[in-house]
Amino acid sequence: MTELTIYELSQSGRKGVTFPEPDVPLTPLPEDFLRESLHLPELSEYDVVRHFTNLSKLNYSIDGGFYPLGSCTMKYNPKINEEVARLPGFANTHPLQPIVSIQGNLYLMYQLQEWLQEISGFHRVCLTPAAGAQGELVGALIIRKYHQVNNNNRRKKILIPDSAHGTNPATSSMTGFKVTPLASDSQGNVDLESLKAECDETLAGLMLTNPNTLGLFDENVEEVIRLVHEAGGLVYGDGANLNALLGVLRPGDIGFDIMHFNLHKTFSTPHGGGGPGSGPVGVSEALSEYLPSPIITIIEEGDEETPPFFGFYKPELTVGSMKAFYGHFGIHIRAFAYIAMHGSKGLRDIAEKAVLNANYLMTKIKKDYVLPFKRTCMHEFVVEGAWVDLPDVHALDISKRLMDYGFHPPTNYFPLIVREALMIEPTETESKQTLDAFAKAMNAIAREARENPELLHKAPFTTPVRRCDEVKAAKDLILCCWVPD
Amino acid sequence: MENPKELKYTKTDEWVKLEGDLAIVGITNYAQEQLSDIVYVEFMAEEGDSVSKGDAVATVESVKAAADVQFPVSGTIAAVNEELVDAPETLNTDPYDTGWMMKLKFDDPAELEDLLDAQAYDAYNEEREG
Amino acid sequence: MFTPHTPQEIEEMLKVIGVNSIEDLFVQVPEKHRFPELNLPEPLSEIELASYLKEISSANASTEDFISFLGAGAYNHYIPAAVDMILRRGEFYTAYTPYQPEISQGTLQATFEFQSLMTELTGMDVSNASHYDGATTAAEAANLAYYFFRGKRKKVIVSRAVNPQYRETIRTYLQGFDDVVVTGDEETSKAGYELQDLISLIDRDTSIVLIQYPDFFGRVIDYANLVEKAHSVGALIAFVFNPTSLGLLKPPGAFGADIAVGEGQPLGIPLSFGGPYLGIFTIKDRLVRKLAGRLVGETIDQDGKRAFVLTLTAREQHIRRERSTSNICTNQGLMALAATIYLSLIGKEGFKQVANLCYQKAHYAAKRISMLKGFELAFIDTPFFHEFVVKTPQPVSQINLRLQNHWILGGYDLSQAYPEMENHMLIAVTEKLSKHDIDDFIAALEEVTGD
Repeated sequence: MTELTIYELSQSGRKGVTFPEPDVPLTPLPEDFLRESLHLPELSEYDVVRHFTNLSKLNYSIDGGFYPLGSCTMKYNPKINEEVARLPGFANTHPLQPIVSIQGNLYLMYQLQEWLQEISGFHRVCLTPAAGAQGELVGALIIRKYHQVNNNNRRKKILIPDSAHGTNPATSSMTGFKVTPLASDSQGNVDLESLKAECDETLAGLMLTNPNTLGLFDENVEEVIRLVHEAGGLVYGDGANLNALLGVLRPGDIGFDIMHFNLHKTFSTPHGGGGPGSGPVGVSEALSEYLPSPIITIIEEGDEETPPFFGFYKPELTVGSMKAFYGHFGIHIRAFAYIAMHGSKGLRDIAEKAVLNANYLMTKIKKDYVLPFKRTCMHEFVVEGAWVDLPDVHALDISKRLMDYGFHPPTNYFPLIVREALMIEPTETESKQTLDAFAKAMNAIAREARENPELLHKAPFTTPVRRCDEVKAAKDLILCCWVPD
Repeated sequence: MENPKELKYTKTDEWVKLEGDLAIVGITNYAQEQLSDIVYVEFMAEEGDSVSKGDAVATVESVKAAADVQFPVSGTIAAVNEELVDAPETLNTDPYDTGWMMKLKFDDPAELEDLLDAQAYDAYNEEREG
Repeated sequence: MFTPHTPQEIEEMLKVIGVNSIEDLFVQVPEKHRFPELNLPEPLSEIELASYLKEISSANASTEDFISFLGAGAYNHYIPAAVDMILRRGEFYTAYTPYQPEISQGTLQATFEFQSLMTELTGMDVSNASHYDGATTAAEAANLAYYFFRGKRKKVIVSRAVNPQYRETIRTYLQGFDDVVVTGDEETSKAGYELQDLISLIDRDTSIVLIQYPDFFGRVIDYANLVEKAHSVGALIAFVFNPTSLGLLKPPGAFGADIAVGEGQPLGIPLSFGGPYLGIFTIKDRLVRKLAGRLVGETIDQDGKRAFVLTLTAREQHIRRERSTSNICTNQGLMALAATIYLSLIGKEGFKQVANLCYQKAHYAAKRISMLKGFELAFIDTPFFHEFVVKTPQPVSQINLRLQNHWILGGYDLSQAYPEMENHMLIAVTEKLSKHDIDDFIAALEEVTGD
């Protein structure tokens, strides 16, 4: 089942897609700058198509099956999104065209900004950030700049709950902040006493994921936000889990100052085997001039006859440019299409079914797995992937065994505060039949763990490759193919 | 593997051996077990550098984790065990002897008073394991 | 819309959970703000959506209908049909980061092949699995240098001939490090134009020097002396390259670059109004532990079969948290796949052809334009690849507006980013333009600037 690499398949002298000879008079090449050799593969078009088709078959995907990867929101990616993003009028526009020639693009982006504002309750949205992590970077930079502008240069402390994604602390230190972890209480909420103890004049802000990575809605969220605001800090919302809140709660309404969206989670744009993502950022009115540049704006209002004329706006106190151009426009189109197909009721239906599915699945498997927090969950939940009386069985074993049952494993070993965590997010697009089948597999694995643990230790048996030697990979470090000299 | 009685320990899982005005530091057996297969060691300070108590002076990486190593006392780096760079697995196989990491000439012995002895460190580990 | 639940199933599920209604699952949400009515348009069916978006897209003028001479960081190249056909396989685009290697070998091997192609193209040792875009790779290169010197070197030198958007992004990324100074590209600086001025800025406090190759004005400059000076004081040197040019030109690795980064969009990725694109991030071996982003390595599985895994993950944010050098999680997976397919399809011969076509056509265009009344090349005697600067007899924006009536998108107006370059147009020519297109452009330029 292994596939040769493109370099191993290459045959000297074979040609794929070729180009015509120049139709212009020739100019001599710059001798001093020419490279000696360039070893690219030599393959026919058919070789290439077959190679990548074969590779694709080695992948697990949403199109192929249930993908309950917690905190990643692996929902179905509608096919119409792929069609519309490739419309020639979108796909073939150059980012530096005169704005009069790209009014369609600007209209779409403007509309998407407006819709995201409406969905989240924020005053202004910037679509530029390339991914969730970059959206977070924007958030941290805004917090930093806000305190600078207000002459609070002592505010260097960012509070981050111990259940948070690793990007939160990484982002904070990239932007010169000092990270202070915040404990969770016995219910999985932010521990209010710990929070109060940290609310002082060095506090810059709090980064909060709500629902948190345990899949729990923080019951004290309003109090948490109030405490941070009273201490002069800002509250950043990690929008990774927005799927649970569509049409349910607008984070801006309860006082979040900044939040990033993950269009590739909540708004169904494909994960692409690890990107491209898209991480727009929304902010409150007080912070609206800090957003990255550019924002799409109406330069000239329209009337019944003529549409408005759109252009770019650079916020006055902007933290700067996050990347070249205006963000992942191709992804913006897909998210636009998704929202346009749902409307207000449709969005609420997404959150409702996501939460219904998660609670149903949690109920179905909780008799066989330890549930660290016994509360109604939101769109995902965490169980312990291990049992006290079976010290040799680990979350990793359960994950690997699930593959033999035809499922993608949940996120494992995260969040860090649950031992042997398995984080399960079914999403709203899965049917009851699929959830039942998954629950059955989980229950069967719990049984196997007792009756035949070797099955779990040695799993998977049915996959293209089996457990891989990661120590060897890290020690021997082979990071590219053998290339002929 | 037992924690040698003659060594001192930190709550951040370093062992410390005192020889005159030299402190030798390494990672404990508990630390190497937590990290599992160690694949990389990087020294962030070199001989002659002066470092403060608590500064990260080295990093140890396994496949799934990374840990910083620090001295529990301020002073000047006197030696670095460069052999670990090519054989990081020594930290797994022999953490208390050939797996020593750095030596430091310390300034103020009073800073060493908080260190745990082997018995206290054992108790600390049992408590963490719960 | 995409929720499959029947009313009966919902009832059954609620019963299993032990609640009466779906609303009961949301009681923790503050009641006052629960279930807001969102002011959004009525939902569209698929057929309505398709025609709505078609209508929106037709409000644009695209390079489909216009002859385009725009480059400046995004290039209109031919994309072979097979690239998109393969990208559309759901097995690729609906998968996620290959955390579980047993069921992700497709993505992992393709990424490993991408890394291989990028190191070969650039002459560097290691490539990561890709980054957001060219601008962010340049910023991450500066960030890497900061961590490489543990914050001890405070000076980041950037040539003014580096893409202005990249320079802005570098500043955005570094603003958190209070004591770091970005210099060399100020409006008053000559360091983008005269290599010696750039070299003279380099000192022992310099962590990294960033230059572009070919530079933002399209020029191909011999950076050997600059590299030598940077290395003599221990500083790192990063090349921001254009991948197509490396079909002909000596790669950054051959100049001794420590880091080579660039925008991979020219490798089979549509213009798509600026994104999603592909950041290429390559380095010399000794920097590998400071490299941001994912890396795929070769290993074996428990049966001894070759397999690929994500490796050196202990560098990354999900393990190192506040001690990691970057916060990046994902890469541009699907875009890296596009570039891998593109380079495999056109291969050794085709890629050289593309680079040569760009070079030849651009030089033809430059020669013709320089003969027009009132036009001249801004940098005579400096070799260029497929982009060049011409001085124009009138403001560029004015010329471009008139060119649109001829179904032509003129070159980039440099005065937008360089106040010292009033009436300077940056023109890009790729293999997609025919001699006929170029001749039409020349005729149109003559007409719109004529008296």
